[in-house]
Order: sequence, then C-alpha cells, then structure tokens
Amino acid sequence: MRDETLSSAETDSGTKNGFLSASSSAYRTSNGWRLIPLLVAAVVLVPVGTVISSLFVPAGDVWQHLVETTLAGLLVNTFWLAVGVAAGSALLGVSLAWFTAVCEFPGRKFFSWALLLPLAIPAYVTAFVALGLFDYIGPVQTALRTWLGPDLFWFPDIRSRLGVIIVMVLAFYPYVYLLARNAFLTQGKRSLEVAQSLGFNRTQGFFKLALPMARPWIAGGTMLALMETLADFGTVAVFNYDTFTTAIYKAWFAMFSLTAASQLASLLIVIVFAVIIVEQQFRSRMRYAETRQSAKAIPIPLTGWRAWLISGFASGTLFFAFLLPVMQLGIWAVGVVERDFDQRYLEFLWHSLLLSAFAALLTCTVALLMVYAARRCPDSATRGAVRISTIGYALPGAVLAVGIFIPIAWLDSWLSEMAMQLFHIETGLLIQGTLVTMLIAYMTRFLAVSHSPIDSAMQRVTGSIDEAAMGLGLSGWATLRRVHLPILKGGIFTAAALVFVDVMKEMPITLMTRPFGWDTLSVRIFEMTTEGQWEQAALPAVTLVLAGLLPLIFFMRQTES
Amino acid sequence: MLNTWLKKYPNKICMQRLAGSFTGRIARTTGLATYASTTMPRPEITIQGAPDFTDTMHYRSPSRLGGETRRLIPRVLNQYITAIFCFAIFFGASASHAEQVVVYSARIEQLIKPMFDAFTKDTGINVKFVTDKEGPLLARLKAEGKNTPADMLITSDAGNLWEAAQEGLLRPVESKMLQENVPAYLHDPRNQWFGLSVRARTIIYNTQKVKPSDLSTYEALAEPQWKGRLCLRTSKKVYNQSLVAMMIAEHGAVRTEEIIKGWVANLAIDPLSDETKAMEFVAAGRCDVTIANSYYYGRLMQKNPALPLAIFWPNQEGSGVHVNISGAGITKYAHNVPAATRLLEFLSSEKAQNLFADVNMEYPVNPRVKPDPTVAAWGTFKQNTINVTTAGELQAEAVKLMDRAGYR
Repeated sequence: MRDETLSSAETDSGTKNGFLSASSSAYRTSNGWRLIPLLVAAVVLVPVGTVISSLFVPAGDVWQHLVETTLAGLLVNTFWLAVGVAAGSALLGVSLAWFTAVCEFPGRKFFSWALLLPLAIPAYVTAFVALGLFDYIGPVQTALRTWLGPDLFWFPDIRSRLGVIIVMVLAFYPYVYLLARNAFLTQGKRSLEVAQSLGFNRTQGFFKLALPMARPWIAGGTMLALMETLADFGTVAVFNYDTFTTAIYKAWFAMFSLTAASQLASLLIVIVFAVIIVEQQFRSRMRYAETRQSAKAIPIPLTGWRAWLISGFASGTLFFAFLLPVMQLGIWAVGVVERDFDQRYLEFLWHSLLLSAFAALLTCTVALLMVYAARRCPDSATRGAVRISTIGYALPGAVLAVGIFIPIAWLDSWLSEMAMQLFHIETGLLIQGTLVTMLIAYMTRFLAVSHSPIDSAMQRVTGSIDEAAMGLGLSGWATLRRVHLPILKGGIFTAAALVFVDVMKEMPITLMTRPFGWDTLSVRIFEMTTEGQWEQAALPAVTLVLAGLLPLIFFMRQTES
Repeated sequence: MLNTWLKKYPNKICMQRLAGSFTGRIARTTGLATYASTTMPRPEITIQGAPDFTDTMHYRSPSRLGGETRRLIPRVLNQYITAIFCFAIFFGASASHAEQVVVYSARIEQLIKPMFDAFTKDTGINVKFVTDKEGPLLARLKAEGKNTPADMLITSDAGNLWEAAQEGLLRPVESKMLQENVPAYLHDPRNQWFGLSVRARTIIYNTQKVKPSDLSTYEALAEPQWKGRLCLRTSKKVYNQSLVAMMIAEHGAVRTEEIIKGWVANLAIDPLSDETKAMEFVAAGRCDVTIANSYYYGRLMQKNPALPLAIFWPNQEGSGVHVNISGAGITKYAHNVPAATRLLEFLSSEKAQNLFADVNMEYPVNPRVKPDPTVAAWGTFKQNTINVTTAGELQAEAVKLMDRAGYR
C-alpha cells in the first residue's frame, strides 16, 4: 500500500488524473472506491513526508542541546497542557451539549447555537485579551488593588499552566460541543425510552447509555481539540508557556535549523498517530447504528434552581469564551477604526470568505468521499489511508506550510523546465501562488476537521440501509447521493462550519501560499501583531469574528432543521 | 490592447472563472437535492461565464464514460485548467512587465509600503511584495531556487540576513552609494545585505523608583541590587538573541552566561512575551527596569504620555548601545538586479531614510539623516560598532547559552 501511495504521489497533476479515473471506475465496480482514500492520503503524504524526510538529514547538535537543557521541561509542560485541554474541553463540551440537546431550560434555543460562537475567535486572541484583563497590570487586578490594598496574593496568577489550559479550553471546547450535541440530538427518543424501561433515572441514563453511545463523536471532537493544542504556537507564545511546538519554532527561527525543527515535528506526528490508532482500536469494537432517524427526543423539562443553574453555566461559558474577548476587541477597534479602516477591508473580507468557502467545499467533499469509500471497502489499507490523511492537523502550521511549499516549488520548476525544453516558452511559475494550491494546502491541514463529523455521522447509517439500497439496484454513487447524503446532512454541515472558520483563522499556510497582493483578514492580523500592535490588530480580528459568525449560524440552522 | 487589459485585471478574470465554475457546482448540488427527493428530471447545469476554449477542451474526450462521471470530470477539470491557465496568463503578463521589483518582506506592510510608493513615484518602477515571517521566507527562497520571483529580501533583524547570506540566497551588491549611505558596521562585510534602519535596544526604567544614576550597563542589571526588580521579554525574541550574541562577542561565553544567570536571578516575574507588556509592568511598579527597543517605548508613550517611564542609554562609558537593523539584500537569482539595486539605493538615500525610520520611530542608518523630532528628543547616544553580522554568527550559540542559564 505504501509503494502505491508514494508512487501516485509523484506529481500533483498525476494525482488529479488518478482521482478522476478512480471515480470513473468506481462507477462500475465498487472496488474503485478503495482508490479514493489512497489517493487523498497520497496528496496529504507529500507534505507530511517532506517533513518526515528530515529524519534522514543530520541536524547538528540541536537535539543534544535540547536533551541537555529544556526538553524534559517541555515534555512535562506539553503533557499537562494536552491532558488538561483534552479533559477540560471534553467535560465542558459534553456537559453543554447534553444540556442544550436534551434538557429544557431558560434560553436553551439561544445557547444551542450561541455556544458555538467562540469557534470564530482565534485562540491566541482570546489568550491576549485574557492576559490583558486579568494579569497584574490588567484592569481587574488594578481595580481590586485600589479597593483592597496592594496585596492580592490570593488572586490566581493567569500567567500559569492553569491559565493557559483554561484559555485553550474556552477556545477549543466548541469542537467537542458541536460533535457531541450532534450525537445527542440524533440518538433520538428511543434510547431515552430504553433507559427508562431499564429502570435508569436521568443521570444513570446519561452515563450508562447516552454517553457511551456518543463516544465516537466525543472522541472525535476531543481529538480535534487535542491536535489543535499540540500544533498551537500562537497561544502558548502569548503566555510564554514553553511546549514542544515552542521548541520546534526555536530550532527553526532562532537556531536556523529547519531540519531539527522538522525532526521534532515528525516526533509530534508519531505521537498523535499513536493516539489516533489507540482510540480507533477501542472504537472499532463497537457499532453505533441507530434504528430510526425521525424519533426526536422531547426535551426533559427542568425547573427552578436547576434550570437557572444550567442557564448560568451556559451564560458564564459564553461570557468568558466569547463576549469578553469580543467586547475588548470592539473597544480597541473603535479606537483605530477611523485611521485604519479603508476600502481594502472589503477586499480582505472577500478574500477570507472566498477561501474559506471553497476550502470548506473541497475539504468536505473529499472527506465525504473518503468516509464513504472506507465504508464500502473496510479493509486495513483503506482504514490506514484514512488515518494518514487526517494527520496534517496535528502539525504546527508553519512547518506544514513549508512541507507543502517545497514539493510545489519543485513541481513548478520541473514544469517550467519541461515547457522550456518541449515548447521553448517561458511559463514562469504555474502552480505556486494560485488559489488551487492554497485550497489543496488547506485540505491537507483541515481534512481531520471535516472527517471527524462526517465519519461519526456515517456511523448512524445502518448496514441494512446499504443492503436495501443494493437490493434496489442503486449504484455506489446513487447510494451515496440518494440514501446517505440526507442522513449525513447534519454531519456535513457541521464539518463545513468547522472548516470554514478554521480556514478563516489560519495564518501560516495563508501567508506562505497566497498570491502577491492577495491579503486576507488573518494576514492583516499577522501584519499588526508581528510588531506587537495588538490594538490595531483588533480591527481585522473583530471583522474576522463577525464574518465567521454568519456561516457558523447558517450551518447550525441547517443542522438543526 | 488585450494585453494591457490582461495586465490590469488578471486576477479578476481568474476569480470570475473560478467563481463561475463553483456557481455551477453549487447549482448542481442544489439540483441534486431536488432530484433526490422528487423524481423530477435533473436540470442541466451550464457554467456561467466560461469562455469557449476550456469547454471544447474537456467536452471532447470523456464521452466513453458513464453519465455520472462525464458530469463530474468537466467540473473538476474545467476548474483546474481554468486556474492554471488564468495564472499562467497572470504570470506571463507580469513577466513581460519588465520594470518591476518583487520583494519578500518580513518587515510588515505598514512599514514598507510608503517607501515603495515613493520609489514607484520617483522611478516608475513597480514594487510587488509579499510579507511573512523570516523563517518561512527563507525556506521559500531556498525551495524556489533559481525560479524564485523575488528580487529582494527585507528582514527586521540582522541575524536572518546573515542566515540568508549563509545559505547562499543573496548576492553581493557593489554600489558606491550604498557604501556611503550605510556605515560599515551596519552592512555585511561581503556586501550581501545592508542595514536600512537602526533599532536601538535600551534600558527603560520607572522614574518614580529608579534614579538614572543607579543605572550604567546591561551587564550591571545582573548585580544583586536589582534582585526582584527586573522584567524581561522572552529569550525567544530575536532582539534578545542578538543582544546576547553581541555580549558573547564582547565578553566571551563564560562571562556572558554569568551575566544572563544574574538577570534570571533578578527577575521579578517570569519573562514576558511582549516588550510593551514588560514596560507596562515597570510602569505599574511590579518591577523597576526592563530592556526594550526604543520604538516600543515611543509607541507606548505616544498612547499614554503620563506613564512614569524613561529611557536610559546604557554602556555609554564602554562599547555603546546595542543596535540591530532592519535591512535588505538582493536575492541570488533576482530577475531584475538593476532595478532591485536602485530600490536598495533609494531606501538608503536621504529621500527615503526619514520615511523608513520615522514610520516606526527607528533611527536612520544614513549618518546624514536626522531622526524624527520625537525620537531625537530621547537624546543622542553612542552605538555599539561591532559589525551586526556578529548577531547572526553567534545567534545559535546565544540561544543555547540562554537555555543553559534558564532564561525562558
């Protein structure tokens, strides 16, 4: 399988053609489906392989230096951060998802979509705002000092491990929330009836039935939060909290060793891959099919203090994860809007929306094809290929960007040389700096984000549905289109929403692959924050958040309906 | 006629074409939904705005395939061919446009665009640029090799220019004008890059808690009298790496490590990610002194003139204030070396130097140019004249030393 993937990874155009021939043969024989994940994996493997190939190049004494000085501390920091954020996101995401999906409390309708909004804010922005408000020089502590005297030793230090974890949980819990909520909503009424008939009360019903049944969703969401945490550089940099990713960037930017940086990143890939495989091993022993779709659960009515407690919990989360950062950004933005806002913002906005929409479309289509292919041919080669395809999300963005850029540059020079030799024309660079390149680059990064929700949703489709479709003589494509798509709709819209906002926030790949003069909102944020001008960055940031809200709300409406 | 139009609007055509094919796709998906739920015949999808040439290209071949696939192929292929074609035109058009300089810049847009505009106005040569961090830009130049579109690389520190030269990405520039405008210690001895503005790293202190007479040098901040009174920015920032590299050049590694350990021991709080924050901590009295680039001080004071902060120029008895540069070099495989050289010369000239430095409250490199009045008000000082190349040469060593000393 490996040889096959590698050889088909040779050229980009080759892959494209392969993709087409794969789909054409799939039309006749279902075996052709197997090729789709293999080919997608091949595309993703090129950049990842470029990063991993660094392992065969000596990297001087960087490793030795790391082992002697900071490595142990970094690993401990990274471990606790990963555990903390994964556990925190799962806890917060699942509990909020359960309450909004199954219980009735004041403001439930509002919270069920509003709790997603933090997704639109880049995590490092939340981090910067949180530090600005709550550290020693921030308004909160300053005010407290004026009232209570200079000693605030009891006030928790936000510049701490716990501080980073809290900020990241607030930024990443929506991944879990979104997926888990989808699971609880589609579990339907029957499972709750079963729970009752087994004599469980609500709490037991949740822990013994609903929670285990939602496991692929919760695990998928938590994996996304975990991978995002491991790949994060911006947030930990704002806190100056040293993690493994910090070391990667230090080796590259400070010690000028891209090789050492890539080697460290390869190690990260291995770790994440191990986590994915372990999780899937556990999961593959279970099946999660649901008998009927339509039986929506009637919400459990909550009354009195319980209802208000849950309302308070949801408002608190929303306040700290969304309202507070947005208000702060808004205040800053108002201060600079007159000087900085010009016509170009419309262009930035348009570019951001365009890229996000296309990337969401492409990534979700590919993920859907892959999930469906893996269903039709559930052999180990296909499953392996699917796993490989989603690994790009765990790599630090800038490292992956270089991994994407190197093969493209290589292919470009090859193409222009061929054109020169064969036709004697100067073509210049053909692929680089095109939107197609950008979209493929985004796909390698965000395939995991679209794969998780669609894959989980596919678990809802029972084998008997497929058999019925086959019995009716439907082809592979027709089954996918007419039978699966309607059932998968929620999952697909979830995936689209996630990819959309993620691409909008994405910085390193956008910076590296954008055409000349083709700036987006996140590029604008980069221009401002690089020189530490956070208040000026608030204007593009607030625009980005607002622009991200619309698709988020739109997609959620689609899922709910 | 067509050619000029293409030059002017290449992006627009491409966007329309791409958007057009995607409209087709969306229309098709919605069509599918209807098709799936009812038994209506599938609507024929036409792709709007598609010129004929691509259509003939792809509608020819796939007739052997099944209906489903036939509809899929044109869509994907059409999009891809269109994109490639459009950008070929785009790049072809721009390649024929001889008088232009392409710049890769790690100095952000706001700090370079005004100079580029002035240059274009002066010479008629266009400047096309893209911004990113130094690391990715160097990786990009390296990967592109002789196909790189870039004529010039601009960074905001000397270390990365040194690294670019080290990797063979830059070419020497022989220019009498540059030699005259840029002092010897602010450019590469082999003339592969030149400093364009000076960034001075100084000591900032709280005027209510520290007397200027208490201060003397960077090194003295390691002394026990500053215990619990020092705030520092993280060692991951290149400005600190350059400073420590220069200290290694001056004092040797052993002595420098002692100094850094002294700094770490004197820290009031863990190192901060941001220089402005460090100064705010000083102003709030959480600590008494910090080390920062003067323009950060300028920006902060502009916003909040009441802060009890002041600049102290250190090491005036000795080697002088540590300076870094923002600078530029011409790439090895530049397409338009004469124009790039002209731009570089222009940036170092009296005409552009004020603009280049003042836009960020930095100091001009050109000794004949006076700094901005606000900046000049901070006083004159002696600069450390060790060649800034040292910052690059010893940067990796400085990073390791700070790791050993526990400076995060």
